[in-house]
Amino acid sequence: MPIDLAEATAAEIAQAVRSGETTALAVTEAALARIARLDPLLGAFTDVTAERARAQARAIDAARAAGKPRGALAGVPFAVKNLFDVKGLATRAGSKINRERAPAQRDSPLIERLEAAGAVLVGALNMGEYAYDFTGENLHDGASRNPHDTSRMTGGSSGGSAGAVAGRLVPLALGSDTNGSIRVPSSLCGLFGLKPTYGRLSRARSFPFVASFDHLGPFCRSARDLALSYDAMQGPDPDDAACVNRPAEPTLGALERGADGLRIAVAGGYFRQGLTPEAQTAMVHVARALDARRTVELPEAHRARAAAYVITAAEGASLHLDRLRQRAKDFDPAVRDRLIAGAMVPATAVNRAQKFRRWYRERVLALFDEVDAILAPATSCTAPLVGQQTFRLDGVEMPVRPNLGIYTQPISFIGLPVAVVPVPLKPMPIGVQIIAAPWREDIPLRIAHALEQAGVAAAGRPALEGSRKVSARK
Amino acid sequence: MPPKEPLDDFIMAAAEALALPIDPAWQPAVRQHLEVTLTFARLVEEFDLPDDAEPAPMFRA
Repeated sequence: MPIDLAEATAAEIAQAVRSGETTALAVTEAALARIARLDPLLGAFTDVTAERARAQARAIDAARAAGKPRGALAGVPFAVKNLFDVKGLATRAGSKINRERAPAQRDSPLIERLEAAGAVLVGALNMGEYAYDFTGENLHDGASRNPHDTSRMTGGSSGGSAGAVAGRLVPLALGSDTNGSIRVPSSLCGLFGLKPTYGRLSRARSFPFVASFDHLGPFCRSARDLALSYDAMQGPDPDDAACVNRPAEPTLGALERGADGLRIAVAGGYFRQGLTPEAQTAMVHVARALDARRTVELPEAHRARAAAYVITAAEGASLHLDRLRQRAKDFDPAVRDRLIAGAMVPATAVNRAQKFRRWYRERVLALFDEVDAILAPATSCTAPLVGQQTFRLDGVEMPVRPNLGIYTQPISFIGLPVAVVPVPLKPMPIGVQIIAAPWREDIPLRIAHALEQAGVAAAGRPALEGSRKVSARK
Repeated sequence: MPPKEPLDDFIMAAAEALALPIDPAWQPAVRQHLEVTLTFARLVEEFDLPDDAEPAPMFRA
């Protein structure tokens, strides 16, 4: 039976290319055809790098024909949030202003590392302006739309990344996560997402948002693909001041160990407030499958979220102050007005938030003496409608844009590694966070894989593609 | 004319001090965002930390 290139995981595609079942060029052409057909519905791509992709694919096929070794991601199409530098493209970061910049001279290191493993870059992806967003909507490029229901949002700010993977345009995409921008869209689009430990993956040659919290990571449709792509991107990089000088610690080989022997608890208190029935159901399914009966409290999580909010406002404003002075009318007003307010936050508030951050980090890390992983909701609800301004949490009407990340912010605040697993509820999926101690990405990935094997977590196929099969053979 | 909100004078003064031009039409939204952020800042400040508490400006996990 020919490989279904729309549905195949990155691991399956790489295996098919390595074995000669298909070629990298056939895989690339199939991805480009899906993008051409489906992206008008999804608004995921802002740039398609077709000729570059074909050249890379031909090089991979030539290497195979010459008997040279193929990488772990041989022929796997991927795309990146448009805040990653892509040689030859202006790094727009979702903005009108940045698209006037000169084209990038060099790819981001994560693109270089994925391509070194044989992956094929097919384009750049839509995002919320300057990543200050949880919706995936963009004033300049249009909204990213959720493949499970195109009237609904993807979540953001890495909205195009999630839409492209959930919509089966590519099996792998990269995004950034400052306060939840990988985890929120993973939840709303029903995907596996990984936000590694702060400092693990290089952020060099990507457009920043909040240096204290910025992370980069992958979106996939399986836990194995998360591990495969994450392993290919690990390693020190002196070009990112926060990237640690730590050797790569591969995770792929550990997946089959599953969740056996791991002490898994559920986050209580703050993380049980404001949940819709769907979010509660997802938590129950995952906790039950893992026999996670213990509850732990992340102390002062509400204050951690508040401190993350304050630091984000101030650092984001600092980054954009000159643009606010000179080009204020070229911002999305929803972003501009938050950034202007951020410029007026007293330095004392930011300093206190950073002091609190150290206190909170010590208390939370102490929890990992007693547990190996903590489960928490990724979002309070399934995907709101595109353009929806408010939603109700615990009976209180709240604005959507800043509040979709209430469960993700207290975690990225202290840089912990998190995998999101998708629970395929109907009609819309929703995600659960699996949180571990710093540098233990292997643990959430093992648990995510175990949940996938058990059928509890799955990146369900949207009706968008229907039952149509897109396949290619050599 | 709508009544002046308590933060409006601060916003205008800060905008001038920062050389940050603000269209009057943006002011209500800026005020709303600043109110939320300052509410969160107060929540953090209410938490009692010792005088020797160190900030974590460059976080190492």
